[in-house]
Amino acid sequence: MFQYMVRRILIAIPVLFGVTIFSFLIVNLAPGNPVDMQVNPYATEADIQTKKEALGLNDPIHIQYVHWLVNLAKGDFGYSFSTYEPVLTMIVDRIGPTLLLMGAALVLAYVIAIPIGILSATKQYSWMDYFTTSFSFIGISIPNFFLGLGLIYIFAITFQIFPTGGMNTLGNEGGLMDTLAHLIMPAIVLATGIAGNMVRYVRSSMLEILGQDYLRTARSKGLKEFFVVNKHALKNALIPIITVIGVDIPMLIGGAVVTEQIFQWPGLGQLTIQSIGSRDYPTLMAINLMAAIAVLLSNLIADMLYSVADPRIKYN
Amino acid sequence: MTQSLLKVEHLQTAFRTGKGEVVSVEDVSFQLNAGQTIGIVGESGCGKSVTSLSIMRLLGQTGYIKKGTISLNGKDLTKLTETELRDVRGNEAAMIFQEPMTSLNPVFTIGNQMIEMIQLHMMISKKEAKQYAIQMLQKVGIPRAEEVINEYPHKLSGGMRQRVMIAMALSCKPKLLIADEPTTALDVTIQAQILELMKTLRDESNTAIMIISHDLGVIAEMADTVLVMYAGEVVEEADVFTLFDEPKHPYTLGLMKSIPHLETESEERLASIPGTVPTLQNMPSGCRFHTRCPYVMEQCLKEKPKLQGLDEKMGHQVRCWLYEEEQKSENREEAVL
Amino acid sequence: MNETSVLVKDHDSFQEQQPILRVEGLKKYFPIKKGIISKTVGSVKAVDGLDFSVYPGETLALVGESGCGKSTTGRAIVQLDKQTEGTVFFEGENLSNLSNAALRKTRTQMQIIFQDPFSSLNPRMRIGDLLAEPLLTHQKISRKEAVEKVDDILKIVGLTPSHKSRYPHEFSGGQRQRIGIARAIILNPKLIVCDEPVSALDVSIQAQILNLLKDLQKEFQLTYIFIGHGLGAVKYISDRIAVMYLGRIVELGTTEEIFKSPRHPYTQILLNAYPIPNPHLRGRERIVVKGDVPSPANPPSGCSFHTRCPYAQEVCKQVSPVLTEEKRSVACHFPLA
Ligand SMILES: Nc1ncnc2c1ncn2[C@@H]1O[C@H](COP(=O)(O)OP(=O)(O)OP(=O)(O)O)[C@@H](O)[C@H]1O
Ligand SMILES: Nc1ncnc2c1ncn2[C@@H]1O[C@H](COP(=O)(O)OP(=O)(O)OP(=O)(O)O)[C@@H](O)[C@H]1O
Ligand SMILES: [Mg+2]
Ligand SMILES: [Mg+2]
Repeated sequence: MFQYMVRRILIAIPVLFGVTIFSFLIVNLAPGNPVDMQVNPYATEADIQTKKEALGLNDPIHIQYVHWLVNLAKGDFGYSFSTYEPVLTMIVDRIGPTLLLMGAALVLAYVIAIPIGILSATKQYSWMDYFTTSFSFIGISIPNFFLGLGLIYIFAITFQIFPTGGMNTLGNEGGLMDTLAHLIMPAIVLATGIAGNMVRYVRSSMLEILGQDYLRTARSKGLKEFFVVNKHALKNALIPIITVIGVDIPMLIGGAVVTEQIFQWPGLGQLTIQSIGSRDYPTLMAINLMAAIAVLLSNLIADMLYSVADPRIKYN
Repeated sequence: MTQSLLKVEHLQTAFRTGKGEVVSVEDVSFQLNAGQTIGIVGESGCGKSVTSLSIMRLLGQTGYIKKGTISLNGKDLTKLTETELRDVRGNEAAMIFQEPMTSLNPVFTIGNQMIEMIQLHMMISKKEAKQYAIQMLQKVGIPRAEEVINEYPHKLSGGMRQRVMIAMALSCKPKLLIADEPTTALDVTIQAQILELMKTLRDESNTAIMIISHDLGVIAEMADTVLVMYAGEVVEEADVFTLFDEPKHPYTLGLMKSIPHLETESEERLASIPGTVPTLQNMPSGCRFHTRCPYVMEQCLKEKPKLQGLDEKMGHQVRCWLYEEEQKSENREEAVL
Repeated sequence: MNETSVLVKDHDSFQEQQPILRVEGLKKYFPIKKGIISKTVGSVKAVDGLDFSVYPGETLALVGESGCGKSTTGRAIVQLDKQTEGTVFFEGENLSNLSNAALRKTRTQMQIIFQDPFSSLNPRMRIGDLLAEPLLTHQKISRKEAVEKVDDILKIVGLTPSHKSRYPHEFSGGQRQRIGIARAIILNPKLIVCDEPVSALDVSIQAQILNLLKDLQKEFQLTYIFIGHGLGAVKYISDRIAVMYLGRIVELGTTEEIFKSPRHPYTQILLNAYPIPNPHLRGRERIVVKGDVPSPANPPSGCSFHTRCPYAQEVCKQVSPVLTEEKRSVACHFPLA
């Protein structure tokens, strides 16, 4: 197990390097540069040049990359081109809301999807099953922005049950109920796609397990059907689903960017869009890198959980 | 006459499938007393497993008993509710299956799976249940039982797993043990171990055993009475000696002659039953064996023979028109008496 | 059938002939890979040093428990897998020395029939094409001649030429095994390795296939290596038997000798463990061997059977016994009388 982890981490290092190069190139090769975006109309060409020089934008691209990497190793993510704050501080400020949103979405998705998936599998070919399979398909295919705007129109504008956006009502910072009210709609939007996927995974995994011999053994012991399904079958069915977490995290990250923008949720997703708008390279690269690390890490954790949950698997 | 423990009468079991209803077990009747062993033989697909699953009422969502009664200890199992059935399963009647490799849940420990069942039927604490489970494991000859109980099934060999299944099945002292091909997946030396074990346990606890196998060797070794099935029906029933010494039904005869015995000279040709088993979808009319029978008569194509006794005690029963005369005379005598 | 094809099934006359197949020091190890760079940390010694000869027209049976290396031996003989060590001589020719073209030619003389008639036939090919394929690739004949030959072969194995246009899934298990046999004999081979050809079949079908194999042997003077489970079938079809345990031959002799007076304790136990389809013999004394077969990745020191042998002594743990060089050979420090 330990050996396996070490090997996985060793493999992750070159991947991570690749990610840094890739994100650096993408960001820097994109047309436009930060100075053009910020300068006031009265600045002379010389001013712009000075500014570019100061920001290091005139150096050859590989020098810029090495600079960035060296600083990164020192824990220095650099300064934002647009706000001049340290990138690290900006990220630390924003990461809390994002984790809250993602966590809420993930829990919501799983809490709803797993029981539905089980029910759908145990009642295969019933109207319930057809209903959930088609509904989950809609969940997967509906775009986040569309669902988000739809919810805002119905619940925030027409019925005015939930606020249209933000994380807190102005002047009411820190109220738990207030935050929850703001959280519900973006969490639902973010959860929908994941839940849709999850229902389908749980259903097919469960269907496979329900035909296994050991369930017949469990029934022959006189066990209640409820325990046969929710103890003996479920534990087996959930094991392959653990690896799905590794797929869900990137989906969450992608979804968060759009969802936060729609609901003006003050998290990393919104920051990403803002940074793209202002060509804020250091911030963008830092966010990219963090997303990559999160994805690698979630895959690693999923694999680890997998081997813990399944006694038959021993990595070596 | 003693009341028999298990009495199956005219059992008919069917499954709903995409192509309509298929009747897998057409007409099965037999009795079994405490401490006795009945063997069921027959070719693949003849309904041996479905018969045993019908007794446990474990036919799944698509299977159902269409006709007949199954009385265990005077209770008609076909009439019990699901809740009442759960009291029978694992408690009065327990079952072991063919595939020891897949019959235990891979993600729970041996102990967990055994204790679960013991606590279900016996009012004892978890700690006591564990002690009891260890005792049962020791009884079926598992070395290091204290450690094995904390292991997951994948660490055990096929023979060990089948022992665990037996230990589990016997832990609530069932009156009836159904063993569906318990040794087919095992090696011969391990098979010998398991069969010996089953015999010892049967003699100790007076359990009635229903053993299913397509291996006539296993049947000859274990059974007191034998039921021969063909295409969903019992075609012959007799005590094991009579069945091997004087088989009557043409199918049983063919079966007996087609196994190469150790005494068979290698110059001899083996007898074989021509053709193949008819499928459930196109069962022949009349006697189901007539398409392969060397003694087929006009009558066999049209009318279906009944399973009837041949001797005075009615212990030897055959479903065949060839023995109609004898059966009639026996019945007449019976009527006179 | 003409006069010359009648075989003299007498052991001494075999020995005077040149062997058709000679296996010397045959080993086949499968590597076990582990660690960060998947380095080989050990090996499964599936076959660990086999020496034996097979004479023209005879049937040599390989028996032993699951995993003892029977199939691996069969595959190495027909060169489906390359052996790790040792040589296979076919008609005096060292197969390892042959050029690829020559090996391809020789391999048409050696065919193999597999246990599972369901997975060994390509499901997407019609039977006619399946059987004609080897003819067209190995022999310079026209399509028309090939079709004629296929018709002949189908008749020989008990099918009809009209079966040509069907796909494998349209046949029953027994029929598929016939097709497997047809494919094996269509190139007029001299040696056929039959890897448990009847294990997956029903009893009544087994006899049909065993009869067919015997008929074909007589008609085409085939030599068989018969890998088998059922003792009855092995006794019925074989002239000599090699008993294997953990990748080695522990005893080799004529069928009669092996059955009448086994000399290796393992042979004795194996023969004893088979359930005999005769209820009158059920009371016979049984030697039930303890424990499981050890893993071939980590075989015991000395004699590999010592962990389960009822007669094991100190020397058995230390020194590995060698197979004696007589006609009747046994690898044991204390062979039974
Ligand atoms: N769930 C099911 N749905 C539909 N048909 C079924 C089902 N289970 C069994 N059958 C059919 O019932 C018949 C009897 O099956 P059964 O399993 O009892 O055979 P068996 O005698 O136990 O054979 P084997 O020796 O191969 O185990 C078969 O034709 C099978 O296809
Ligand atoms: N391709 C392979 N890779 C690794 N190990 C293998 C491979 N093929 C066979 N083995 C191992 O070699 C040993 C011998 O296998 P083999 O299939 O020859 O046994 P067998 O005597 O034919 O058994 P059976 O009666 O079950 O068919 C077994 O322990 C098996 O696990
Ligand atoms: Mg069955
Ligand atoms: Mg094999």
